[in-house]
Amino acid sequence: MFAYIIRRIFAAVILLLVVSAVTFAIFFLLPRVAGETADQLAAQYIGKNPSPEAIAAVKQNLGLDQPLYAQYWNFLKGLVSGAEYKFGPEPATCHVPCFGYSFKNHLEVWPELSKRIPITISLAIGAAVLWLVSGVATGVVSALKPRSFFDRLSMGIALAGVSLPVFFTGALLLTLFSYEWPILDNLQYVDFTDNPIMWARNLILPWISLAFLYSALYARLTRAGMLETMSEDYIRTARAKGLAERKVVSRHGLRAALTPIVTIFGMDLGLLLGGALITEQVFSLQGVGQFAVQAISDNDLPKILGVTLLAAFFIVACNLVVDLLYALVDPRVRLS
Amino acid sequence: MTDTQTTSIPSPAPASDREPLLKVTGLTRHFPIRSGLMRRQTGAVRAVDGIDFTVNAGETLGVVGESGCGKSTMGRLVTRLDEPTAGKIEFEGTDITHLGVGAMRPMRRDIQMIFQDPYSSLNPRHTVGTIVSAPFKLQGVQPEGGVKKAVQELLELCGLSPEHYNRYPHEFSGGQRQRIGIARALALKPKMIVADEPVSALDVSIQAQVVNLLDDLQQELGLTYLIIAHDLSVVRHVSDRVAVMYLGKVVEIADRDSLYRSPMHPYTNALMSAVPVPDPRRRQRAGRERILLTGDVPSPINPPSGCRFRTRCWKAQDICSSQEPPLVALKTGHQVACHFPENAPSGNAPAETAS
Amino acid sequence: MTDLQKTPADAASAPAPAGDPFLSVRDLRIHFDTDDGLVRSVDGVSFDLHKGRTLGIVGESGSGKSVTSLGIMGLHRSKRARISGEIRLNGEDLISAGPDRVRQLRGRELAMIFQDPLTAMHPYYTVGQQIVEAYRVHHPQATKKQARTRAVEMLDRVGIPQPDRRVDDYPHQFSGGMRQRAMIAMALVNDPSLLIADEPTTALDVTVQAQILDLIRDLQEEFGSAVIIITHDLGVVAELADDILVMYGGKCIERGPAETLFDAPEHPYTWGLLGSMPRLDRELQDRLVPVKGTPPSLINVPTGCAFHPRCPYAALTGGRSDSEVPVLAEAAPGHHAACHLPAAERHRIFAEEIAPRL
Repeated sequence: MFAYIIRRIFAAVILLLVVSAVTFAIFFLLPRVAGETADQLAAQYIGKNPSPEAIAAVKQNLGLDQPLYAQYWNFLKGLVSGAEYKFGPEPATCHVPCFGYSFKNHLEVWPELSKRIPITISLAIGAAVLWLVSGVATGVVSALKPRSFFDRLSMGIALAGVSLPVFFTGALLLTLFSYEWPILDNLQYVDFTDNPIMWARNLILPWISLAFLYSALYARLTRAGMLETMSEDYIRTARAKGLAERKVVSRHGLRAALTPIVTIFGMDLGLLLGGALITEQVFSLQGVGQFAVQAISDNDLPKILGVTLLAAFFIVACNLVVDLLYALVDPRVRLS
Repeated sequence: MTDTQTTSIPSPAPASDREPLLKVTGLTRHFPIRSGLMRRQTGAVRAVDGIDFTVNAGETLGVVGESGCGKSTMGRLVTRLDEPTAGKIEFEGTDITHLGVGAMRPMRRDIQMIFQDPYSSLNPRHTVGTIVSAPFKLQGVQPEGGVKKAVQELLELCGLSPEHYNRYPHEFSGGQRQRIGIARALALKPKMIVADEPVSALDVSIQAQVVNLLDDLQQELGLTYLIIAHDLSVVRHVSDRVAVMYLGKVVEIADRDSLYRSPMHPYTNALMSAVPVPDPRRRQRAGRERILLTGDVPSPINPPSGCRFRTRCWKAQDICSSQEPPLVALKTGHQVACHFPENAPSGNAPAETAS
Repeated sequence: MTDLQKTPADAASAPAPAGDPFLSVRDLRIHFDTDDGLVRSVDGVSFDLHKGRTLGIVGESGSGKSVTSLGIMGLHRSKRARISGEIRLNGEDLISAGPDRVRQLRGRELAMIFQDPLTAMHPYYTVGQQIVEAYRVHHPQATKKQARTRAVEMLDRVGIPQPDRRVDDYPHQFSGGMRQRAMIAMALVNDPSLLIADEPTTALDVTVQAQILDLIRDLQEEFGSAVIIITHDLGVVAELADDILVMYGGKCIERGPAETLFDAPEHPYTWGLLGSMPRLDRELQDRLVPVKGTPPSLINVPTGCAFHPRCPYAALTGGRSDSEVPVLAEAAPGHHAACHLPAAERHRIFAEEIAPRL
C-alpha cells in the first residue's frame, strides 16, 4: 500500500512536469515555428509601439535569446526560488512561486492569480456538493424503481439538464431571481471568512446553474451504475441473508455503485477548479476562468502559462486523491 | 531449472512407430511478477514449468488437470498464441517455438484451436458465413467451387444447415455455436486441432452431441486432437492417451486404458476418486474409498521443492521434498513422475532404485 | 479440514420419514412478464421435503431449477414476476405471507449458497464482516464481539485453517474452495432448517468439489436440516440426494427416490440425460447417446409434452404428445413421471433399448 502511494505521487509529479514542459513549449516554441522572431516575441510583452531598446531589454531579461530548455529551466527555477527582472526603470521582483511576470501591466502572475482561486474554489466546491447530493440521490431512487413515474420524470429532467448550456440556465436564473423578483439581487462575491451567509447567498445562483448540468449527468451515471450493481450476485446474497432492503441498498449496493462515480467526480472537480469560464462570465465572478479569458484575449503569455499550469495542477491533484481513495474503498486495488 | 528438467527425462520409444506430429520438450512459461517501488521482477508464476510430450498423427491426447495447473497456458503455447519462456515445440519436425507472427501464418493452417466459450469466441456482428470463411480470407485461400459453397459444406459437416450461412451467432444455442466454432477451425483442413474445454460450457445433453461430432470428424478427416479439459470422464471418452498435469508439470502420461484402469500417480488416483459417480447405490462405498485431498493447490509462484504434489500426498517421504521425481516409463506407454507410484509393475518403483 | 470424517452411510439410506413435511411446495408457478412475452420459468411444480432429507433438483439451463429455488427464498422481487401456488415452510405459507415475514425467515430458517462464491460475496467487505452481518441480522442483541466469535467458530467448522486470522481476509484472498466454505459458513451461521445449494460445486475443481460435497453431507447430519441441491450434474445429485426431481421446460417431469430414479428411470428425458453423460464407473462406450435438438425456449414452450420435439418415442403416444400436457402420475411407489407412453411400453423400451447402453 505504501509503495502504491509513493508510486502514485511520483507519477503525479512527473505528469505535472510533462504538462508544464508541453505548455511551455506550446507557448514559447510554437510562435517561433510559425516564424516569429525573438524580437517580435519580446515586443508582445511591452504594449503598443515598442522602442528597439525596450525590446532588446526584454529579450535579454526574459532570456528569449536563450535556447528553449534553458528558458524552461529558468522558469522551473523561478517557481521554487523566485526571479528578478531588471526591466524598465526599476527592477521587478517576482516572488516565490514565480509563475511568470506580466510585462503588459507590470504585475506578477501568481498574486493576481491566487487572489482568484478562492472564488473559483467556492464556486466549484459549492456546486459539487449540490450536484453530488442531488444527482446521486436522484440516480439511486430512479434505479431502485426503474420505469416508475419518478424514474421517467427525473430522467427526462436529466436529459434536459444535460442538453441545456450553463449560459442559458444561468442567464435564466439571473433574470428570474435578480431582475423579475429581486430576491437575490446585487450579487457580489463576499469572502467566506468575511460573511459566510452573504457568501452563500451570493453564490447560490451560480451553484445551481452549474450544478444543474452536472447533477443531470450524475443522476444518469448513478442510475446506470446502481442498476448494474443491484443485479450483482452479492446483492442477491445480501438479500438471502435477510437484510432489510434499505440496508442491502446502502451497505452493499451504494458502495460498489459509487466507486466509479468517485473517479468521474475527481476529474470533473479538478477541471472546474481550473476555472468555470462560462459560469464566472455569466455571474461576473472574478475567478480563475475569467483570468484565463482575459489572459487569452490580451495575448499575455506568462498569464496563460500560469493559469494553464494551475489548472493542470488541480486536475492531477484531484486524480491523485481519487486514486488513493479508490485504493481505500476497494481492497482489490490495494493489494495488486 | 528447466535445463536439468529437459535433460533428465529419457523419452521412451512410443508405442507406435508413427512419426509424432507434435513434439514438445521442456516447454516452460513463466509470467513475471513485478512489485515494489521500481516494479522490478520479484518472482514468476510458473504456469508451465518444463513439460514434455508428443502427439502422434491421428491420435487424441487428452490433458486433464485442475484450474491453475497450466493446461490452458500449455494449449496457448502449443498453438503459439503465447510465447514460451523456454523449451521447444516441433510440429512435423519444424521448430515453431519462437516463430514470429508472419512465419507462423502458414503453420496456422495446420494447427487450429477451438475455444471453451461459444458465446464470447464468435463475433456477434458477423454472420455465420463471415465467421466460418474468415480463415480463407486470412490465408488467402480460394477454395474450389467458391467460398460460399465451401462454408456451406463445412456447416453441413458440423451438423448445421447450409441455410444458416446468413444468420448471426445470437440466433443459435450454445451447442450450435460450438459447432460454428468447429466449422471455422476446420475450414483450412488442419492437421491438428487444439480444443480448450470444448464442451464444458454446454448442457449435458448437448455435450454428448459435440463429443460425438468431434469423434466423427476425426474418423472422417483423420484429425489429430489435443483436448484440454477438466472433466475426467469426457477426457476418457475422447482420448487415446491422457496426460495429467499438476502445478505446471505433467505428473503422468499414459495410454487411456492403462491410465484409467491402473493410475500410478497418487494425484491421478485422488482426481479419479473425486469424480462423483452417478449411482446412488455406490455412494456409500465411494465415500469410503474416496481419497479426500486436504487443502488447496499450492501457489505456482512458490511451488513445493522436489515433488510438487508432496504437500498433499499421503505417501510423501523425505525423498519427495529433496528430489524431484523424473517422468519415467514404468510400463510400455505409461510414464509417471512419482517416487512411490501405485499400481506399478513390481520392482520398478523409482524410489527403490534411487535410494 | 482434518476433522472432516468419511461419510457414515446411515443417513443416506434412511426411509422417507412419516409426518408432515418441513417444506411443502404445491403447484408453484413463477412467470415473468418480458418485452418478448410471458416467460413460464416454473409452471406447476410440487414436492415435499422432510427435515434431515436431501432433495436434488436436476435440469439443464432454462429448466427452471434456479428460479424455483429463488422463489422459495422469496427473492423474486420484480413486479414482473407472477408467483402462484403454495410454499409451506413448517405449515406457514410463504407466498401469502408478507415480504417482511419472509425476510425474517430468510437467512434464519432458509439459507442459500450460490454457484460462484467469488461473485456471490461482496468484494469490499472481509469474509468476517459478511458472516457477522448475516448473524446480527437475526441476532440483533448480539455484540460485535460475540458475532465475530461466532464467525470464527463457523469458519473453523467448515474447515478454514487459522480461522481467527482468515476471518479478516477479503474474499479475493481466498481460493475458490475456501470461498465456497466461507459461503457455507455464512449460510449456516443461524442454524437454518432448510439449506438450498444452487450448483454449489459447478465452479469448483473436482477434488475441491469432493471436499465441499463431503462438507455439506457432514453438516446436514450434524444439524439435521433439510437440503435442496440444484445441479445439472447427475453425479453430484447421486452423491447427495435422497430424492430427485427432474425438471424440463419449467415442469417437473420425473420425481422419485434416488435409487429408483437411477435404476429404473421412467421418463425418456431422464434416459437421455443418463445416456449422454460419459461415466467413469462404466466400461467405455463407443459412442454417447445424445438427446437430439436443444432445450426449449421458455417463451415458446412446445405444446403438449414440452419434450416431444426431442423425444425419440413421441410417435408411440398415439398423437397425444403434442396436444396434451402429460400429468405427473405415480409409476412406482413414490416414483412419479409425466409421460404419455403407457407404463408397460415404457418399461419395455427401458429394459430392451436403454438399460443395455447405460
